[in-house]
Amino acid sequence: MTETTLAVEMRGIVKRFPGVVANDHVDFDVRVGEVHALLGENGAGKSTLMNILAGLYGADEGTIRVHDRVVKLHSPRDAIAVGLGMVHQHFTLVDSLTVTENILLGLDEPRFWMNLPLYEAKVESLAAKTGLAVDPAAKIWQLSVGEQQRVEILKMLYRGAEILIMDEPTAVLAPQEIDELFETLRGMTAAGASVVFISHKLDEVTRIADRVTVMRRGQVTAAGEPAAGKTKRDLAQLMVGREVLESIDKATVSPGQIVLEMTGVSATSDRGLRCLDAVDLRIRSGQIIGLAGVAGNGQSELAEVITGLRECTGSIKVNGQELANRPVAEAIDAGVAHVPEDRTGIGSAPNLSLTDNLIMKAYRSRPIGHGWSIDDSVARARAQELKDLYEVSAPSINTQARLLSGGNLQRLILAREISSEPGLMVAVQPTRGLDVGAIETVHKLLLEQREGGMAVLLISEDLDEILMLADRVAVIYEGRISRSIPVGEAEVGELGLMMTGSVTDATAGPTPRA
Amino acid sequence: MNLELALAAGISSGTVLLFAAIGELFAERAGVINLGVQGMMFVGALVGFSVGYNIDPWLGVVLAMVAGALLAALHGLVTIHLQANQIVSGLALTFLGTGVALVLGEGLPSGSSPLLPVVTLPLLADIPFVGAVFFSEQSILVYAGYLLVPLTSIWIFRTRPGLHLRAVGEQPSAADALGVNVYRQRYAYVMLGGALAGLAGAYMTMSQVPGWHADQTFIAQGWIAVALVIFGQWKPGRTMFGAYMTAFIFRLSLDLQGPKELFGIPNIFYEYGPSTFVLGMLPYITVILVLVFAASEANRKRIGAPASLGTPYVRGERGH
Amino acid sequence: MSATSPTRRSLLPFALRMERRLESPRGLGALTTIGAVVVALLISAVIIWWQGGDPIDVYAHIVRSSLGSIGVVSDTLVKATPLIFTGLACSVAFRMRLWNIGAEGQLMMGAWGASAVVLVGWLPDGTASFIYLPLMLLAGLGMGGLWGGIAGWLRARFNVNEIITTLMLVYISQEWVKFWVFGPWSEGGFQMTERFPREAWLPRLTDHSDLVSDFAGLTVHLGFALAVVAAVAVWWFLNRTGKGYEIRLIGDNPRAARYAGIDIGRTIILVMLISGALAGLAGAAEVSGVVHRLQDNFSPGYGFTGIIVAFLARFNPLGVIVAAIAFGALILAGREIQPAGIPQMIQGVVLFCVIASDVFLRYRVRLVRR
Repeated sequence: MTETTLAVEMRGIVKRFPGVVANDHVDFDVRVGEVHALLGENGAGKSTLMNILAGLYGADEGTIRVHDRVVKLHSPRDAIAVGLGMVHQHFTLVDSLTVTENILLGLDEPRFWMNLPLYEAKVESLAAKTGLAVDPAAKIWQLSVGEQQRVEILKMLYRGAEILIMDEPTAVLAPQEIDELFETLRGMTAAGASVVFISHKLDEVTRIADRVTVMRRGQVTAAGEPAAGKTKRDLAQLMVGREVLESIDKATVSPGQIVLEMTGVSATSDRGLRCLDAVDLRIRSGQIIGLAGVAGNGQSELAEVITGLRECTGSIKVNGQELANRPVAEAIDAGVAHVPEDRTGIGSAPNLSLTDNLIMKAYRSRPIGHGWSIDDSVARARAQELKDLYEVSAPSINTQARLLSGGNLQRLILAREISSEPGLMVAVQPTRGLDVGAIETVHKLLLEQREGGMAVLLISEDLDEILMLADRVAVIYEGRISRSIPVGEAEVGELGLMMTGSVTDATAGPTPRA
Repeated sequence: MNLELALAAGISSGTVLLFAAIGELFAERAGVINLGVQGMMFVGALVGFSVGYNIDPWLGVVLAMVAGALLAALHGLVTIHLQANQIVSGLALTFLGTGVALVLGEGLPSGSSPLLPVVTLPLLADIPFVGAVFFSEQSILVYAGYLLVPLTSIWIFRTRPGLHLRAVGEQPSAADALGVNVYRQRYAYVMLGGALAGLAGAYMTMSQVPGWHADQTFIAQGWIAVALVIFGQWKPGRTMFGAYMTAFIFRLSLDLQGPKELFGIPNIFYEYGPSTFVLGMLPYITVILVLVFAASEANRKRIGAPASLGTPYVRGERGH
Repeated sequence: MSATSPTRRSLLPFALRMERRLESPRGLGALTTIGAVVVALLISAVIIWWQGGDPIDVYAHIVRSSLGSIGVVSDTLVKATPLIFTGLACSVAFRMRLWNIGAEGQLMMGAWGASAVVLVGWLPDGTASFIYLPLMLLAGLGMGGLWGGIAGWLRARFNVNEIITTLMLVYISQEWVKFWVFGPWSEGGFQMTERFPREAWLPRLTDHSDLVSDFAGLTVHLGFALAVVAAVAVWWFLNRTGKGYEIRLIGDNPRAARYAGIDIGRTIILVMLISGALAGLAGAAEVSGVVHRLQDNFSPGYGFTGIIVAFLARFNPLGVIVAAIAFGALILAGREIQPAGIPQMIQGVVLFCVIASDVFLRYRVRLVRR
């Protein structure tokens, strides 16, 4: 790894979007045979930079060299042609096609007739060679997330990619799968490939990377420095410009009445598979229960079942009222608030104004709603109040919701949900994709509500976040929830094992106690 | 009522629906809904007949397909590049195509002999019943229709371009990331759909009911073709079945009006003139029932439209 | 090369650069609509000229025969009346992305319903207007609503595409009306029913020419006033009621609407009922205010033109009034223009240009030197 031949060299890259300079004269290079981590918080510009390298965006200014030759990348095809392959955070796989079909997509060979058995064999041998085991004839929707990621990598390797760009690859993996991935990457770099590893997770960077580049607000704050010897603190400071390790003052609150009581809840996913399996869960007022787990183990379906968006068997009681399989409106009236994972797709109406978004739960009752009609002036006054109170940064209450940044949109959603004075809040991945300031705000709000007596179900992939905020933590794996233990007693290693199903509870079957 | 003749007539008029529906199937497989089929058929009918009558029939067929494709290109421009709503654009094109065809078609003769050859296949026509229905005295384009269906099936499911087509329709971002030109694919298939719709129209005025009948020629064919694609679950074979079956029912509703007696009892449709209108409702009710059936089947089997149908594709949207 | 346009290697020394807009300036919507109409008229002019006609002549004729005198203005308003109703019907549905293109069929059934009140003959001769008319309008509303409701129910219950069902229902309604007009209600074997009694006519200005002599010959009828009232009512419904809010929310993001606890299925049926009812009123007003009988071809496609009216008005109920008058003028004048397809063609071109112009609302287009 002492080779200093550059595989990729980007100089003076500038990329502008309406209202923001995503990349501001950025220099970045990758050496042959190294793992180079690209760090930065959300919105720092690292994804944009890599999208330029992958041929998806065109840079406004700057040059790119691959193996010392200047290249112009107008499309992903151009990028792949020079050996640059990107594995995106959100997989670009066609669910209804098979693994092999996905790998063959976009290639010139086979010329015309699809001779699948021949190519399945080719894929199989490539998979064996690189240690990425997967069934070439399986349809994508049948695979687990980790397997799908392997298909994405195979896709690139099949095309002869020597420089692999991985965008937040561990976001969807359990600790053990992360280990496997890192091993695979080390094997590849030993064989001469180079890897760019985009992440905002500081421990992973210190584990896997040879060099680190840090970006903040479109600019490089640390260029290609050796990763060895860097502490999390150093890196965090480079990322945000200040000491960021959040310290939270968590007040002691003694839990009150049981607010949410789930017994024996099972549900089926959209694909017809069982996604929740005899779930028992109890949350008391003034309590935050953190549910840890890798995405795709039933978290969304759990939230949907509680909020009335999905059918289930079993019992779900909120303050004694049975809500399982009842319409959503009943759950809302019973005081259930829902901060969904998908802010733009579910949590807001993009083309409607802030006002319209804020009254989504309140329009049916006084003081905004009177019988059938809506008092427009009251609605607007309320919206203005909430906008100011929750510091939603936008030109006015008439601004369309789609123009808000992620952090502001989440503030909007929280404003709406909290102002409905719920007894139970279901928050799913509430800080995903937010910048540090917004993350702090969200955490602060959740803790405030907890002190005010609200019960909170915090579903998050971020174990650190859970350990920081929650009173008790449980793990969800393949639709089953472990028993919850006080956060003080939780041990990260053991939680990690539970998240991958390597260890089940000591007791026979999930019996949580609150 | 001669069953063989009725069925053969069903095949003949079903071919109009078949061409239009297969065209729409291609477009929808690529993710674009084209409700302008009706307008493209009308334009194709006009161009096919006027060129075919005055110059040369085969040139008419070709130009009809070109006209349909051009109109579809407009649809493509507006929906793919300008990202307008696909449903509305299609509607606009129907108005447009119909209107333009009516304007430009002023003065064309309203009756003519078939402009395209009518063919009977030698050996196949002798097969009892089947031969009389499928292979006797049918326009040459009907036979083209028979070939079109398996060719379409093979293209979509067994070739590399077909793989790309399916990918573009299901998840354009995935196809794009791998270098498949989503815009070009969608344009191509939308235009192909338009060309086939134009062919359907040309077939109608040149072969099936030769002549330019401005108002009643097309009544609902284009829309029914769109419904047939849904019924066919975006598969060529099933769509073909739907096309022939629907045409047959139309034919049936006409045939039932004729005879004095039906199965021994006096034919009410013959006796009481206005009751034929009730019969006239039958085909349209059938289409609705067919759609209900297809929808509940799709619900049960969890199959459905190409996932990106109706959504414009924009590369690299910045999301939250 | 921007991130939003496909890769193109251009031969030209400049390129069109499309940038996403962050916000839409006020009035841009109206501006682009007017621009689109102008472009559409130009395109239509070209086609007319190609066919051998004189576009200036055609357009002048249209303006003259629709706005040239009080008499023709009144005629224009008469034509606009059903268009306001169908424009409203389409606007309400389209706001929710329910593509009700079968307003023509709902209009037919509304006309049939209103006619049935008269022709079934259970009201004695000489029954007063204030009994006849409300009943007729109610029947029109009801039958139209039913017709729309069928498609709405099919969509809510079976998820059947409403575009095709509403359209099929148009053809079914036409056959239905033909049956009654050619059959049980036929007047002496002709293709129309008997004339309605005077009490079943919506009052027209000309009916009161004894009070105001200037009203003589002006056939604009009460239906117009009702249509304007309906437009205001629909505006209030969409913008100041809970249900209207739900409709707007569903139209923008159905998943968010579900998340907010809205019963989408029920709202679909409700909206189709309302939409159908409005179109039904168009039919009822026509047979009562203009034709005074039921015949099978009394509508030159009001239901379909309503679609374009709705788009031109950008689904705004008050804008519908303006757009309806414009198209009323077109239809009025179009009866005399040769060739017969011109009004329909112009409608198609206008709709096309309007939706194409939508792109200017989302993107700012600039010419950039390469």
